[in-house]
Amino acid sequence: MVDMNVNLAAANKIEDPAFAAPVKLSVSDLTIRYGGTPALSGVNLEVRQHEIFGIIGPPNAGKTSFLKTLNRMDTFNTNMSVEGEILFNGLNVQNLKNIYALRSRIGVVFPLPVGLPLTIYENVALSPRLRGIKRKSELDVIVERCLSRAALWDEVKDRLDSLGSLLSGGQQQRLTIARALSQEPDLLMLDEFSIAVDPVTTMRIEDVLKELKHDMTIILVTNLVQQARRLADRTAFFLEGECVEVGVTEDLFTGEVQDQRTRDYVEGKFG
Amino acid sequence: MFAESALNVRNKRVQNLFRILFLMMTVLLIIPVVIILATLIAKGGSIISIDFLFTDPTNGMTAGGIFPALLGTVWIVAVALLASVPLGVAAAIYLNEYAGDNWFTRIIQLAIINLAGVPSIVHALFGVGAFVIFFGFGTSILAASLTLAIMTLPVVIVSTRESLRAVPQAFREACWNMGATRWQTIRRVVLPNAVSGILTGVILEVSRTTGETAPIMFTGAAFFLPFLPQGVFDQTMALSLHLFVVATQVPGVPDNLAFGVALVLIAMVLLMNSISIAFRMYLRGKKKW
Repeated sequence: MVDMNVNLAAANKIEDPAFAAPVKLSVSDLTIRYGGTPALSGVNLEVRQHEIFGIIGPPNAGKTSFLKTLNRMDTFNTNMSVEGEILFNGLNVQNLKNIYALRSRIGVVFPLPVGLPLTIYENVALSPRLRGIKRKSELDVIVERCLSRAALWDEVKDRLDSLGSLLSGGQQQRLTIARALSQEPDLLMLDEFSIAVDPVTTMRIEDVLKELKHDMTIILVTNLVQQARRLADRTAFFLEGECVEVGVTEDLFTGEVQDQRTRDYVEGKFG
Repeated sequence: MFAESALNVRNKRVQNLFRILFLMMTVLLIIPVVIILATLIAKGGSIISIDFLFTDPTNGMTAGGIFPALLGTVWIVAVALLASVPLGVAAAIYLNEYAGDNWFTRIIQLAIINLAGVPSIVHALFGVGAFVIFFGFGTSILAASLTLAIMTLPVVIVSTRESLRAVPQAFREACWNMGATRWQTIRRVVLPNAVSGILTGVILEVSRTTGETAPIMFTGAAFFLPFLPQGVFDQTMALSLHLFVVATQVPGVPDNLAFGVALVLIAMVLLMNSISIAFRMYLRGKKKW
C-alpha cells in the first residue's frame, strides 16, 4: 500500500511540459467513510490548472464521493466523514471558514440535470444575483454569455421566460452547465454528465468542455472510458474505494501502466 | 386457455364483495354532511338576507340580525392569524431547513404533537390564566385570539413543514453548491415553491378558528354586546358563541333564527375550505417540476 502511494506520487509529477501548469488541487491521504464504512481510502493526486482531469472507474468506486469532498458537500450528509488534506488553490478546504465562497468558485454538474424550479433566465441569473448583481442589463449579458458557452442559447433565446424544467433532458443538462458557468468557476466538476443525454448533445457538450478548459480547470468523472480518452489530459482510475492509478490519459490506453487492472478496465475486460 | 376456474370465480366474488363494502362505508360518510346541510337550509334558509347579515340583534336576541357576531368572528380570526402564521411558519422553517435530527428538535416535535392533542376547553382555561389574568389583557379579542392562535399553531407548523418537505432536496443541494447560504436558498428556491401549501394550511386554520367556541367563551367572546368592538382590547360577540346562546340560553328564539346562525357559520367554514381547495388546484396546475 505504501509502495503504491509512492508510485502514484511519482505518476503525478510527470515532467511533461504540457503539464507544467501550477497545481490547482492537491489531495493527500484522502479517506472518506460513510458511517464508519470506508468508501474511498488513501487517495493522493494533483489536478493542474487548465487541464481536464478524468476520473474513470466502475460504479461504487468512490468517484462521486471524491467530488463531494472537494466543495464540502460532505456537510449535507452527517453520515459522511472525511480525513486527509485537500488543498484548493493552496487552501485547505476542510478548515475554510467561508465554505460559501469555496462553493461559489466550484461549478458542479450532476448525472441527472437539476433544473431549479425557475425560468431559464432565472436559473442562470441566480448565481450572479447571489453575488449581489442586481442590474438587469448586467444580468442579461451574463445569461446570454453562459447560455451561449453551454451551446444552448440558440435553442432557448426566444423563451427565456419559460420554465427550465420544460426543456428536454439534454437541454436541461446544458442549462445546468450554463448555471455552473454563471458562477464564473475556477473549477468545474462534472459527474457522469452524459448519462441522461443523447449522443449528439453529448458530443456538443464535449466540444464545449474542450473550449472551457482554457478558462478553468475541469474534473470529469465518467463511466465512459472513451469519453475520458477523448477529453481528459490526465486520468485517474478508481476501483473499489481505491485510487489505482493516475497518469497521462493516453498512457492508460497504450503506454506503460503501473497496475494491470487499469489496462484490463480500459480495455473493457471488467467493469 | 382463459376459461374461468372455480378459484377465479371465487376470487372475483370476494373482490366484488369488498368493493361494495368499502363503497357503502364511503357513502355512509356523506350522509351526515348532506343531512346537516339539508336541515340547516330547510329550517334556516328562509331567514338569510342581507339585512340578517348586517343588522344588530333585537328583542333580547330573539329577532334582528347577527352583524356584531359576524364582525366579531372576523376580528378574532384575523388577530389569531396575525399571531399564529408568522410564529408557525418561522418555527416550521427552522425545524425543516435549519435544525438537524437531534434531541432538541425531537422534544419540540413531541411538544407540537401534544399541543395538537390538548382539548379545546383546556386551551380555554389556559387562555384565561395566561392572557386574561397574567398578561392582564382582560376578556378581550386579543386574549381570545391568542388562545386560538396557540390552539391552531400545530396545524400551521405541520402543514408548513409538509409543504417545505415536498420541495425536492436536490433543489436545495444544487443551490448550496452554487455557494448560496441556507437563507438565500430558502428565500429564492424553497419558499416560492412551498407557498401554495403554506397558504392552504393557513386557510384551513381559518376555517377551524371560525368554528371554535370553547376557547373564546371565557377569554373574549361576549354573550351579548350592544356595540361593536373598537380595538383588540374590547370584548366582542362571535358567531360560534352566538349560535350556542340563541340555541340553548335564550328562551323564545324562533327556530329559523338559530338555524340561520348555524347556516351562516357553516357557510363561512365551507367557503374557506372551498377557497383552499380551489387555490390548491390552481397552484398545483402551475407546479414547476
